[in-house]
Amino acid sequence: MAASIPSLTLLVGKLGELPVGAVVTVNPTGLAPISVFHTEEGLFAIDDTCTHQDASLADGWVEGCTVECPLHESCFDLRTGAASGPPAKRAVRTHRVEVRGDDIVLTPSTDS
Amino acid sequence: MTGSVAVVGASLAGLSAVRALRARGFHGTVTLIGDEPDLPYERPALSKEFLHTGEPTGLLEDHSETARLDAQWLLGRRAIGLTPGMGRPIEQEGEAAPHAEPHLIHLDDGRTVSADTLILATGARPRRLPGVPGAHYLRNLDDARRLRETLYETKQLVIIGAGFIGAEVASSARGLGVDVTLVDSAPIPSAAALGETIAAACADLHARNGVRLLTGTRIESVRPDAVHLIGGARLAADTIVIGIGATPNIEWAGDRNPLLHNADGFETDTQGRTAIPGIYAIGDCARVHDPISGRDTRSEHWNAAITQAQTVAAAITGTPPPARTAPYFWSHQYGKLLQLAGDPTAATDLRIIDGALDGESFTARYEHNGTPVAVCALDNPRLFTRQRKQLDRDLTSAH
Repeated sequence: MAASIPSLTLLVGKLGELPVGAVVTVNPTGLAPISVFHTEEGLFAIDDTCTHQDASLADGWVEGCTVECPLHESCFDLRTGAASGPPAKRAVRTHRVEVRGDDIVLTPSTDS
Repeated sequence: MTGSVAVVGASLAGLSAVRALRARGFHGTVTLIGDEPDLPYERPALSKEFLHTGEPTGLLEDHSETARLDAQWLLGRRAIGLTPGMGRPIEQEGEAAPHAEPHLIHLDDGRTVSADTLILATGARPRRLPGVPGAHYLRNLDDARRLRETLYETKQLVIIGAGFIGAEVASSARGLGVDVTLVDSAPIPSAAALGETIAAACADLHARNGVRLLTGTRIESVRPDAVHLIGGARLAADTIVIGIGATPNIEWAGDRNPLLHNADGFETDTQGRTAIPGIYAIGDCARVHDPISGRDTRSEHWNAAITQAQTVAAAITGTPPPARTAPYFWSHQYGKLLQLAGDPTAATDLRIIDGALDGESFTARYEHNGTPVAVCALDNPRLFTRQRKQLDRDLTSAH
C-alpha cells in the first residue's frame, strides 16, 4: 500500500464574507481553478471549468444543488459533480469544503 | 412506446432528437441518416478553435452513449427523396396507429428507409456567390480542414460577409497572424440580429484587433488574387472566404410535397409539426410559425436546434414539452464572449446596465416600453445569465 500524501488545505475566506448565493473562485498552485458555492443547501466546491467548453461555472446559474454553465446550459450536480446530460459529457471534480469556526476551508481533491 | 422514427440529418438537431426520444421513453426503432461520413461533431467550433487546433470535438459522449441510444446509423448517405405515407393522425400522438402506411425516405445508395414518424433535420448550406471559383465556404468539417490548411499559408485574407461566421473567421485568422479585410454590403453588419447600437459596438472589435472592416461595400468582381469593389478599390487576397448566410436543405424532399416547405425551410407549427401528419422538422431547415407574433422564423442557432429537438420528441412521445425559453446565441471573437438572448427587434429602448460599449465589457438590456425583451453582453456571462433567466421566467409566466 502506497503511503498517502497529506492533503493540502486552503483557507478560502471567512464564512461571513460568503453569503448564501455567493461564489468564490480560488486558484490553488498546480491545480485547476476551484469554485466554492454557498447555496441554501450549504457549501460546495467543484472544479470551476465546464467540461464541455472553456467557461467558468462560477458565472453560472445555481438552482438548488445544480449549477448551469453560462455558455451552453450544461448542468452539474454540486454534490457529486455529475453532468445531468448533454452537452457536457464528463463530471466536474468535487472537493471537500468545510467550516472551521468562521473559516471556510477547502481540501482540494487530486483524484483524477 | 414503440413504432419507428427516422431522423434525416445527423448533426446537432438530429442527434438531439434521438437523445430526447430515448430520454422520454421511446423504445421503438430509431434510424439516423447523415450525409457526412463523420459521427456528429461540434459545428460552432469550426470557425473558432478548430482553425487553430485542427481537432474536431465529437458530440457523442462515448461508446456507452452510442449503445444507449440504440439507433441505426446510416452515415455518408444522402436522402434524395421523401414519399409521405398515410401518417398516423395527430390526435393519436404518442401511439402509432396500427397498419398506418409508413413514410419513405429514399437514399442515394438506392436504399429506402421506412418509418411511422420522420424528423427532418437536414440543416442548411452556405449561400454561394456566383463567379468566385476557389473561394472558401465554411459549413462542415471538410470545409474547415481545407480552410485551416490554406490559412497557414495565407498572407492576405479577404472575407466577404461580416456576419457571425465572417467575424469569427476574421478573429481566428487574425490570431494566426494573417492580414484580414472584412467586407459587408450593410452599413452596420449584424444590425438585424443585434440592433444597430450593439452591432456597431461589435463591429468596432474588428478595428480594435487590427482587422479592416469595410461596410456598405458593393463588389464589382472577384479575381483569384483580388476582390474589386465598385468605386475602384482593389483588395489583394491570396485567400477569399465567403460567409453571406445559409440556405435550408429542403429540395431533397422533392416538389411533390408542396405542403412540406416554402422557399425558406420546412414549415412547422410551434411543436415542430409539418402539415403532413407524422413528419416533423427541426434545426436550420425548419421554419417555425409562431401564432402569438404571427411570424415565421428560421433559426440557425445551436440552442434552437436542441430546444426544437426536445419539442418534437415531446410531441412524438406525448410527454411535456420543454419550458419556453428566450432565443439564445453566443459568439467568440478576439478572445471575447458575445452573448444575446431574446428578441432585439422588439425593442424601443436600449439600456446599458454594466460596462461601456467602447470598453472591454458591456451588458445591455433591450426594452419595449420599459419591459425587457432581450439582453446582450460582451464578456459578462454572470450578469448576462441572470438577465437571461429573467427573460425566460417572463416567458413562462406569460403563458
